[in-house]
Amino acid sequence: MFELSAEEWTAVALSLRVAAVSTAVALPFGIAIAWVLARKEFPGKAFLNAVIYLPLVLPPVVTGYLLLLAFGRKGFFGETLASIGVVFSFRWTGAALACGVMAFPLMVGAIRLSIEAVDRKFEDAAATLGANRMWIFLTVTLPLTLPGIIAGAVLAFARALGEFGATITFVSNIPGETQTISAAIYTLTQVPGGDSKALNLVIVAILISLVALVASEWFGRRAGARVHGV
Amino acid sequence: MLSVAVKKKLGAFSLDAKFDSACGVTALFGPSGSGKTSIIGMVAGLMKPDSGHIAIGGEVLFDSATGIDEPAHKRRVGYVFQDGRLFPHLSVARNLDYGRWMSGANRDELQLKQITGLLDIAHLLRRRPGALSGGERQRVALGRALLMKPRLLLLDEPLASLDAARKSEILPYFVRLRDEIKLPMIYVSHDASEVKALANRIVMIEAGRVAATGQVDLI
Repeated sequence: MFELSAEEWTAVALSLRVAAVSTAVALPFGIAIAWVLARKEFPGKAFLNAVIYLPLVLPPVVTGYLLLLAFGRKGFFGETLASIGVVFSFRWTGAALACGVMAFPLMVGAIRLSIEAVDRKFEDAAATLGANRMWIFLTVTLPLTLPGIIAGAVLAFARALGEFGATITFVSNIPGETQTISAAIYTLTQVPGGDSKALNLVIVAILISLVALVASEWFGRRAGARVHGV
Repeated sequence: MLSVAVKKKLGAFSLDAKFDSACGVTALFGPSGSGKTSIIGMVAGLMKPDSGHIAIGGEVLFDSATGIDEPAHKRRVGYVFQDGRLFPHLSVARNLDYGRWMSGANRDELQLKQITGLLDIAHLLRRRPGALSGGERQRVALGRALLMKPRLLLLDEPLASLDAARKSEILPYFVRLRDEIKLPMIYVSHDASEVKALANRIVMIEAGRVAATGQVDLI
């Protein structure tokens, strides 16, 4: 019978919260960085690009370890942030940070491609109609980038749901606080007879991912139609 | 009254043009690639001359000697592009309203009515740009430029992307515009018949230079 324990439901809810928060917080930064990479030339651009894409190629455990160094309780940023009440270590917020960092390159990549595809002729037209650079960005560039923003957000959300290595290294595997679906499945498979229980969570993970993909397809299609003027 | 004196190097091509235009329609006439579009791009502020001077009436828009370079969005110069460039994500009504929206001015229903009537586009307001024919698109683009209340209108081969039937459908609107709105216009074209039908004055451009200026009988 398909039944989840209270602890498993908690893991599902936590996963959704971590994925949603990390995606939402990363999005404005993702759009800003994607715009800079798509439109600006400056010394150190190749370096910035490499740093952004690093989590995609590094072993997730290494990313988690680096987060621990930087944002742990005694970490470089962690200590300062803790003094203003922002704590990441062994909290769900830390899981969201890890997921956000891991998903960031995918998000930036999708949005950047979309910004590069925007026909700058429309921005010229907006300028002749009295729009300054900020308004051009808000009323022309951003709406025309919407399909890429949706794609980037969904990719980031899906990546956040699947994140395991960096999260468990950075904030451990605490039921109710940092134990996401992935971590819960891993925990179940470590105890004798847990595999069959894990199957339920596996099914939930597949369902969530499918819904996210179908939703993104639907939104993407609508946004794409708008961008093409029909 | 527009006065233009600009120089610019564009790769191997060099542009060095100087002309004035009073009221009415001044045609920039010349073959493709002679630099006509670059010239009005500089008037609109979309392209920066290497050196020179551009002024409308007494107001200086660009002057390399004193370092004046008014940004495009402050020039109040309307521009109708060859391909219309209607914003694909906005309805026809929102496209028409864009200039007013950016200026923060109040809606001018009377002017909207006048312009949409003049151009026969009132029935298109709820459509999206993708659902317009080429001729409709250019009329909406013209209306959008007019509704921002420009002091000068630049038209960059506005009929070039249309077939002969569409051209003859739209040309009368430009004539009405010239006679009813009395807005100074710069009309870029390589088509002698369009220029003859519209222009009061002709500036012939060849290879980036002004080859001749004169009345319509010049061509």
